[in-house]
Amino acid sequence: MKIEGQVRIPSGCAISAVISKDGKKMSGEMITNSMKPMHDRSNGLGGGFAGYGIYPDYKDFYALHIFFDTRDTRKKCEAFLKEQFEIVQSEIIPTRKIPAITDEPIIWRYFVAPLQSVLTSLQLDEKEFVARTVMKINAEISGAYVFSSGKNMGTFKAVGFPEDVGMFYKLEEYEGYSWTAHGRYPTNTPGWWGGAHPFTLLDYSIVHNGEISSYDANRRFMEMFGYKCTLQTDTEVITYIMDYLLRIQGLTLGEAASVIAAPFWSTIATKTDLEDQQKHTYLRTMFPSLLVTGPFSIVLGFNGGLMALNDRLKLRSMVVGEKNDKVFIASEESAIRTMEPSAEKIWSPAGGEPVIIKVKEGAF
Amino acid sequence: MKIINAANLDYRAVNEALCDADKDCIIEGCCGQRFIAAGMSDKNLTINGIPGNALGSYLNNANIIVNANAQDAVGDTMNEGKILIHGNIGDAAGYAMRGGKIYVKGNAGYRAGIHMKAYKEKVPVMIIGGYAGSFLGEYQAGGIIIVLGIHTAGKRIVGNFPCTGMHGGKMFLRGDCKDIRFPEQVTARYATSKDLDEIMEYLSEYCRDFKYSVDKLLSVPFTVITPDSKNPYKQMYVAN
Repeated sequence: MKIEGQVRIPSGCAISAVISKDGKKMSGEMITNSMKPMHDRSNGLGGGFAGYGIYPDYKDFYALHIFFDTRDTRKKCEAFLKEQFEIVQSEIIPTRKIPAITDEPIIWRYFVAPLQSVLTSLQLDEKEFVARTVMKINAEISGAYVFSSGKNMGTFKAVGFPEDVGMFYKLEEYEGYSWTAHGRYPTNTPGWWGGAHPFTLLDYSIVHNGEISSYDANRRFMEMFGYKCTLQTDTEVITYIMDYLLRIQGLTLGEAASVIAAPFWSTIATKTDLEDQQKHTYLRTMFPSLLVTGPFSIVLGFNGGLMALNDRLKLRSMVVGEKNDKVFIASEESAIRTMEPSAEKIWSPAGGEPVIIKVKEGAF
Repeated sequence: MKIINAANLDYRAVNEALCDADKDCIIEGCCGQRFIAAGMSDKNLTINGIPGNALGSYLNNANIIVNANAQDAVGDTMNEGKILIHGNIGDAAGYAMRGGKIYVKGNAGYRAGIHMKAYKEKVPVMIIGGYAGSFLGEYQAGGIIIVLGIHTAGKRIVGNFPCTGMHGGKMFLRGDCKDIRFPEQVTARYATSKDLDEIMEYLSEYCRDFKYSVDKLLSVPFTVITPDSKNPYKQMYVAN
């Protein structure tokens, strides 16, 4: 697969998301349409989506979505996978040939379960083993990129405008209880298939509008824990940070938000809730290298919910709205109105203020 | 009166239709089209739906009424005219505006009035009816920003770090502002009747536009914030 040269273009990007708190299924058509009014925020160098609850028939298996540059790479990667996983289904991800999307790599998905014998001999839990395998493939099998690896969820991304990417992957044929979307306007990094958002690890996915000034500091810290940044884009590291804070460290979503978008020390100093003050002091002291500086608005997707978050200075726009069981998040209100013209309670969260929406217990 | 149906038009088509329109016109079904009425003069425009970013940028003496919320960068570098918003506005409203009025019934996002400026008879005015986000009046160099806090839903009238880098103009916040921290280079004090006289014309107009009572607004004291120096960075590097 071809990697573009270094290009530098002024910034933009669009994000959008929807979730049904009742776990009601929505096709991918609505989220695709939501990107249309924000067309000018992207420049055609990347678009992508994550859908949750889309693989109910294989919900107990990890769904690996993989880009391959050649047939040989696919054969090599499949041989590697067979050594450690039971593969219950492998298939080409269905796509639609459209003029707007060209130069596609070979795109496959595999529904897999790690072999118990492998887990036992490595003394690893399932999730850790899958995460390590994703890192290994992306770093060591040249030309193969796992771009989705969660259970009952999947990401779909490409070089192109997001509305075309949705069409390319036939998203109207999938049904999910939550969706996130991204339109890319790359600034410092190449526009290539692996660099499109969402960035995922296990069921965590991130769509991001912005540019991380602290990328290298964050990356170096994360590398100490075996996370390898291979996709040439800053957003990737946010996904790994969330996996580390939530899965490995066991922080709550709110605490993880306070780590990456930590309040200023001066703001912490003036807090009147002493317990809250202590907690923020603790988190900033424990994880100083995971403060993410620079502009961002992100939506984190995970099994059963979404979290939206702005950088602490709120250097990117983000709007939230509601209607009945649904919550909408987008860079612009126009995207929300496209999904739900009569959306209510439209508001803009403050910088560093996480918006966490979970599907009702047992509804997904 | 011309009616432009924006439903399937991109921003270019909307603006071209607007250029060809009569003095009075309405945009229906607006949904995120940017740069509406950019640089426009001598028109009265009503917008139904959600206008996109940079509504009325470089506005040059046109009147715009929005019957919903507006997105980011309303009135960016606006020169003259009036933008009336019946909902909320997004971030960075009135960025570097140097004349004209932006009246908002609801709330403002972050950085409202960033780098507003003034020159001789050009004095831009922004009035926010609800609350404003953080960094209100960041680097304000001139003009008048007023936040009324009529409906704040329990929030403070302004977020964190208001007046950061402010070195000109005036800010009026309705209330005593005891819970708000201002930077060192500005002075916050109760507004005197002389201070209020200066903004009475605008407050009265705002109240007529949105059907509020001026007397009721004035029943609460205002805080006025002014910079201590026109040159807050004096001696940061060299004495100047």
